[in-house]
Amino acid sequence: MRRFFSFRHGVHPPESKELTAALPARRMPFPDEIVLPLRQHAGKPARSIVKVGDRVERGDKVAEADGFVSVPVHASAAGTVTEIGPHAHPDGSFATAIRIAVEPYSAQVARPRLVPEWEALTTEEIVHAVQDAGVVGLGGAAFPAHVKLTPPPGATIETLIINGCECEPYLTTDHRTMVDFPERVHIGIRIMMRCLGVGRAMIGIEKNKPDAIEALRATVPDDLDLTIVPLVVKYPQGAEKMLIKALIDREVPSGQLPLHVGVIVQNVASVATIAEVFETGLPLIERIITVTGRGVRKPANLIVPVGTRLRDLLAACGGLTDDAREVVNGGPMMGFAQANLDAPVIKGTTGIVVLTEKQCRSERSYACIRCGHCLDSCPVFLDPQLLGVLAGAGRYEEMKGHNLMDCMLCGCCSYVCPSNIPLSQLFGVSKTALRKIEASA
Amino acid sequence: MSDRRLLIAASPHLAPIDSTPRIMWSVVASLVPIIGASIWFFGPSALLVLAAATLGAVVTERLFGKSESLWDGSAVITGLLLGLTLPAGLPLWMAFVGGAFGIGFGKIVFGGLGQNVFNPALLGRAFLQAAFPVALTTFPAADAGWLTLRSNLALPFMSPVVTDAMTGATPLGLLKFEQTGSQLSDLLLGSTSGSLGETSGIVILIGGGYLALRNYLNWRIPVSLLATVAILAGAIRLIGGDRYPDPLFMLFSGGLMLGAVYMATDMVTSPTTHRGSWIFGIGIGVLVVVIRIWGGLAEGVMYAILLMNAFVPFINRVTRPKVFGT
Repeated sequence: MRRFFSFRHGVHPPESKELTAALPARRMPFPDEIVLPLRQHAGKPARSIVKVGDRVERGDKVAEADGFVSVPVHASAAGTVTEIGPHAHPDGSFATAIRIAVEPYSAQVARPRLVPEWEALTTEEIVHAVQDAGVVGLGGAAFPAHVKLTPPPGATIETLIINGCECEPYLTTDHRTMVDFPERVHIGIRIMMRCLGVGRAMIGIEKNKPDAIEALRATVPDDLDLTIVPLVVKYPQGAEKMLIKALIDREVPSGQLPLHVGVIVQNVASVATIAEVFETGLPLIERIITVTGRGVRKPANLIVPVGTRLRDLLAACGGLTDDAREVVNGGPMMGFAQANLDAPVIKGTTGIVVLTEKQCRSERSYACIRCGHCLDSCPVFLDPQLLGVLAGAGRYEEMKGHNLMDCMLCGCCSYVCPSNIPLSQLFGVSKTALRKIEASA
Repeated sequence: MSDRRLLIAASPHLAPIDSTPRIMWSVVASLVPIIGASIWFFGPSALLVLAAATLGAVVTERLFGKSESLWDGSAVITGLLLGLTLPAGLPLWMAFVGGAFGIGFGKIVFGGLGQNVFNPALLGRAFLQAAFPVALTTFPAADAGWLTLRSNLALPFMSPVVTDAMTGATPLGLLKFEQTGSQLSDLLLGSTSGSLGETSGIVILIGGGYLALRNYLNWRIPVSLLATVAILAGAIRLIGGDRYPDPLFMLFSGGLMLGAVYMATDMVTSPTTHRGSWIFGIGIGVLVVVIRIWGGLAEGVMYAILLMNAFVPFINRVTRPKVFGT
């Protein structure tokens, strides 16, 4: 028996999942308008193939993949294209998006389509089908899923690791996926194992989701070599490198991919989506999103059409409370504060967390008292105290010597800092500055 | 839905678990029983000396420190800790000067909170010991009571009036210069002569335990420090015989408890790494034993800590943990 299943360091913020953990994912009504940014995934943005005035059915492709590390975008509701131009993007910028006025009273039935049996397809055909369905990682980074199904030649993959940690507080998206759709998870794992040619798969789930562990255990087929591993509840357990450390006790070398230790990691909701593609034939046009936090009146797990504006999504949850102060796209540890509620839900949106005035960080920070709590929390064993001093002085190259590039901006150091020094923000800025310096050199 | 002004901030968005002022004021709160014990044993003089040292620290922080830095509580800690290292009969003006020196030259000249190399309270005390050696080593007996008030009230730049009736030798002084031991029970409870905070080891350990539980104090430092002193003292006694003090006496006499629990663990002037904390504690422990047994002074905790403070940047550098995946 191993000593315990986890990684070292990290933090344990209040989980706050009780707001939505027990609520099954339900469908929200179609909004009046859908906004589909062409850039919803890591890699090259998609290329629009529609023009203003075009009528589209639900599930129709509206933008095509531009290269291999790119995926198409599909209409998530039937309607008419009203505009193709800059629109508020959840990352805070304005980016090209296709706006679709949703047809009122439409039955929102997709065109009939042929759904192939995946067992009968070749690996190439599966990979192509997954790309064509626009599937990306649903854990937040939105890395195209088909790329993970095609490891570079020469790489040997021994283990497929499925990420069911959902270590961010508040979010219950992956949780509900596992509880509500366990069979899809198993089928998705099978498809991935087949494409990668691996014999064994593991799924890591934090122990605060006993019903998810139970649901997967109860439904796992006998011939599927899937190890379900309950993990200690700790943030950032869901970070790829931490999860690999927790499950197979290997460290991915600095600057390398999980591939180098023979592992591919995929988020559990993405796996379920791959299965869904071969079940319904529909591309990725909707996903489960947790809308939660003390600042939202009726927290819920919703099945949301991709492209739904945050304004409409929040309205479907009873709207904001009077003391709501910050709308966060994603979890509260790594999510992105939203300024503009016209920004849409995109494929990588895991949840919307609305924090109240009292829960937000204050702007006031104090002098560093060298308590060392940041060193105790850093999951990659950096010295955030030293890095913070260097960042304040703009000594970015020196920071690189202290392994700044290994920082994954998980936010643990900021969270434990009693002086409220925005360490991870400083490191994010420093990393960007350093990349700029290196690009110009 | 009405639009409102939404907060735009960088992640993480949750308020941090703790705040620096809360840590500082918790330390102050944990000192209350120790202050209580010192008043119990030394009478109202204890309160006056503590107040004077704290006033000196706070006034200096207010005059020369950054605006609002008074409310983070760190100057109060410095003043109280300095006061606890002073004898009860010390003229109040000296205590005030010590507090002012500790904050001014121990902290503010380095750039304020978080920037100083040496423990400010101990630097204040080191200054007083150099400037007023006699007054600093005139220890009233634990039951001197009201007698010490007269020497407290010496006018500025005047030396205190000391009568033989109110002085007593500290256990360490007795041992070093008169070769007599003290009752262990007296040491544990604190009914011995000495500085205000050199009394009850048990009360200090309780305060430290509370801080360690709240993670406001790195337990590795006092544990390694006290263990080093005990083991080293035990080994010396084993080899050298009974003329050397026994480990329990070493632990509970003098300022060791206060130093180990409250001075060596000052976050600013101790290492940030765990491995460094062990090294730091062991280093202080070795120095304490060496000074006490072979040095010219009866007590060596203050110099041991100040010396190791100087090594902290170096200790941090050599004990930085191995980065994940390297």
